[in-house]
Amino acid sequence: MSEMPRFAAGATVRVKDDWPERRGPCHIRTPHYIRGRTGTVVRPLGAFANPEDLAFAKPAPKRTLYHVLFAQEPLWQEGKAGDTVMVEVFEHWLEPHPIKQEA
Amino acid sequence: MAAPPRPDSIALLDRLMAALVARGIVTEAEVAERQANTDKASPETGARMVARAWTDPAYRALLLSDGRAAAEEMGVSMAGAPPLGVLENAPGRHHLVVCTLCSCYPRAVLGYPPNWYKSFAYRSRAVREPRQVLAEWGLNLPDTVEVRVVDSTADYRWMVLPMRPAGTEGWDATRLAALVTRDALVGVAVPVAA
Repeated sequence: MSEMPRFAAGATVRVKDDWPERRGPCHIRTPHYIRGRTGTVVRPLGAFANPEDLAFAKPAPKRTLYHVLFAQEPLWQEGKAGDTVMVEVFEHWLEPHPIKQEA
Repeated sequence: MAAPPRPDSIALLDRLMAALVARGIVTEAEVAERQANTDKASPETGARMVARAWTDPAYRALLLSDGRAAAEEMGVSMAGAPPLGVLENAPGRHHLVVCTLCSCYPRAVLGYPPNWYKSFAYRSRAVREPRQVLAEWGLNLPDTVEVRVVDSTADYRWMVLPMRPAGTEGWDATRLAALVTRDALVGVAVPVAA
C-alpha cells in the first residue's frame, strides 16, 4: 500500500450521503442502504484500483478499502438489536464522524 | 438448468473474443485456463480447507490471516483470483455472505455460485431480514448469537469458517470434510454430525 490508511480499526465513520447515479452514468460499489449511515471501521483491507474509474477504462488510482460494521437495526428500522452488517467500503466514501459511538 | 445458448449469442461471443485477442488483452489459452480452474473448483475444496483448519491450528491461523495462501497450500491455483477472506464463526457470532450488488462469490474455492445466491430475493432479503431467511432454510439461531451479514461489495471474496460440530471428536480431516456443505461455507447452514 503506497499511502497510510486514513482510518484505523475502531474509528467511527459516516458513509457519504452522495448519489452520483443521479448525476450521470457511473459504477458504484457502495450500496444505497449504507449511504449517510454511521458505522465502525473493522480494519483496512488493502488498496485496490478504484472501480468507479476501472468501469470506464479510465486511469484508476488505488484507494484504501475498509471493512465497515453497521448495526443491523438502525439501517432498516427492523431486525434484532446486536445483529450487524459488514460491508467493504472505499476510503473516498468515508468521512470521520464526530460523535463517539457507544461501545 | 439454463437454456442452451442461442446461435446469435455464440456468434457475438466469438466476435468479442476475436477482438480481445486482436488487441492483446487476453489469449485463448488464458481464457481456457481460467475456465478450467473454475470448472475444477467445487465446494469440496472449501470443505477440505475447513476440515484441515479444524484439525490443524497452524493451518487455521493461516486460513484466517491469508485465505489466498491457505488455498494455495491446498493446491488451488489462485492466479488472477481476488483475495480470499475467511469469516470465523464462533459460539456468539454467525456469518452470512451475500452480494447485494451482483453475485461476487469465492469461485476459486467454491466453484460456480448456485442460482439462489444470484437471485433478487436472496440478495435483497439476506441483508435486511437475515434471521427470517435463515429460518426458512431451517436454521434457527438463538437470540444470544449475533448474526453478521457480510455484503461482498468490492475486491475481496468471502468464505465462512463454520464451527466444528459436537460429536466429531477424533474424526480425521477426510471424514470431517464430508460434513461441510456449500451452504455452510456461505453461512445459510451449519454443519452437523450425521
